[in-house]
Amino acid sequence: MEQKSNGLMGWIDARFPATKTWEKHLAKYYTPKNFNFWYFFGSLAFMVLVIQILSGVFLTMFYKPDTALAFQSVEMGIMRDVEWGWLIRYFHSTGASAFFIVIYLHMFRALIYGSYKKPRELIWIFGMLIFLVLMAEGFMGYLLPWGQMSFWGAQVIINLVNAIPFVGEGLSTWVRGDFVIGDATLNRFFSLHVAAIPLILVALIFVHIVALHEVGSNNPDGVEIKKNKDENGIPKDGIPFHPYYSVKDIVGVIVFLMFFSIVVFFMPEMFGYFIEHANFEPANPLKTPEHIAPVWYFTPYYSILRAVPSIAGSAFPGVIAMGASIVILFFLPWLDRNPVKSIRYRTGWYKILIVIFVITFIILGILGTLSPTNGRTLLAQICTVYYFAFFLLMPFYTKLEKNKTVPERTT
Amino acid sequence: MKKTILVMLLTTIAMTNTALVMAGGGGYPKSPANVDVDDMASLQRGAKVFSEYCLSCHSAKFVRFNRVATDLGMTEAEVMDNLNPLGVKFGNTMTAVMTEDYAKESFGAVPPDLSLVARSRGLDWLYTYLTGFYADSSKTTGHNNAIFKDVAMPNIFWKQEGVKKPVYEEHDGTVVLVGVEVVEKGTMAPEEFDTMIRDLVAFLSYIGEPNQSYRKSLGVYVLVFLFVFFGFAYAMKKDYWKDVH
Repeated sequence: MEQKSNGLMGWIDARFPATKTWEKHLAKYYTPKNFNFWYFFGSLAFMVLVIQILSGVFLTMFYKPDTALAFQSVEMGIMRDVEWGWLIRYFHSTGASAFFIVIYLHMFRALIYGSYKKPRELIWIFGMLIFLVLMAEGFMGYLLPWGQMSFWGAQVIINLVNAIPFVGEGLSTWVRGDFVIGDATLNRFFSLHVAAIPLILVALIFVHIVALHEVGSNNPDGVEIKKNKDENGIPKDGIPFHPYYSVKDIVGVIVFLMFFSIVVFFMPEMFGYFIEHANFEPANPLKTPEHIAPVWYFTPYYSILRAVPSIAGSAFPGVIAMGASIVILFFLPWLDRNPVKSIRYRTGWYKILIVIFVITFIILGILGTLSPTNGRTLLAQICTVYYFAFFLLMPFYTKLEKNKTVPERTT
Repeated sequence: MKKTILVMLLTTIAMTNTALVMAGGGGYPKSPANVDVDDMASLQRGAKVFSEYCLSCHSAKFVRFNRVATDLGMTEAEVMDNLNPLGVKFGNTMTAVMTEDYAKESFGAVPPDLSLVARSRGLDWLYTYLTGFYADSSKTTGHNNAIFKDVAMPNIFWKQEGVKKPVYEEHDGTVVLVGVEVVEKGTMAPEEFDTMIRDLVAFLSYIGEPNQSYRKSLGVYVLVFLFVFFGFAYAMKKDYWKDVH
């Protein structure tokens, strides 16, 4: 055994790649120096993950996954009797929404700077899997407080499975563990929410970052910094992640925490979007609320589901469309045929297409929180068509773009 | 290009607002409750009203008497003598005087627990509801409610408030209920009654989230801390980055 350096670190390094890992992923991980605002959201997503895991660990100590006790263990136990329980619960409920806000912005960054393009296709796919798993985590977590919207929201979503021909009914019963949402459902959702899904989530985040550090980060110019190295083999436009981006990300984290704290301390319900008003009533299987809406981060897909008309009384086409609206994102690296990554050097009308895409996505999200009317359904249908056309026509229109010259180095 | 994008974004915001306003439209108009959950005197009066009128039928099963005493600045004796009609232990929660079986027999349903009613319904709704009863001879209770049509709850405050009748207006051919007005004076002056209801709503708001005042005051310190921390972190970032060009 050969020891490269002396002392304790030398002893450890001969047995475990401590210094090597530190250098590969932080101190000598060369990152483009031109990161802008949009590049904060990766580290912020990690930050929110830590908040969710820590607050979740403490909530699990006091929460009781039993339909007779769940609501009380949250609203009396955690919110009133447990010291600081209310704060931990608000961290967790606000963190859930914050996770989606941060992830949506993180994905939007990838979209505008072409971070999904070669050689980063796998990073994008791992990221999409993270998004999918995060949706499952959010959905199952929302059942746990056992409020009216927990119950009825889950009821509506699980009933969608019924729409699948032949196997639907059996499948939804299997998911619930009962013919209705009940104790069996609550127990399994609790188990999945606190153990299984977080483990998968952490594993996926690990491979997401390993893949990223293998190929290196993209940047707002979409220039590969590894193509321009100095005599020591260090990218000329690169700076070590630590200390440069670690100190920069601390600033981002503090600004994020300011917004986060404003919600936690001054508007934890966020006008009924982060914690829905109906969820302050315990779940009652005999009393259907007047208006059932999923939590805001699911509403764009819920809108797509409702926008697609039923065939022969079956909502199956809508379910397919909802699934497709997420599956299609996995194919983004192959749908976009433009070799230029960054929106900065792509044609002007592509920017407009992206802006319209963002607007339609927001409109779909708002419509999903409202009860449908004829006018709203039509609007949702127009937005759904645009959503799919934006992706499905990408292989054609991205070839027609007149790109600007991409610089050799970052600007 | 930037201009086009800006115009499109502003249009979306405008559309979003219209959509949200449309969503909020319809139904009986709510009057603002305007309560101050930090006003101890008001909360104490509200607690008294709550135990005298509400606690006969409704429970507040997540609310402990000793917690109310601490938060509202009352002694154990004051709480036990004035707020605890059943005489349960100081550390126990607020249970209804009426049993659930009796309630089912008399009203056909168990009156809802009021621990979280302020959070599920909202303060303005509660204020409008409690002041929205009007005489309606077609109902077994003799009263109906402007914002909660055909509610099973009787108008418990009719002696104090007086007899009220509904006010209708015609809008585009349909008759809509727009308000209620007193036709026969009650034992309380209107301002006096209004204060009592606001005190009660303030107390309901307090029991909905007993930590709310502390939460907000703590939030101010957290934000001040983050602001100072930001100053140092930003200076550190500037210092590290001064050699990056």
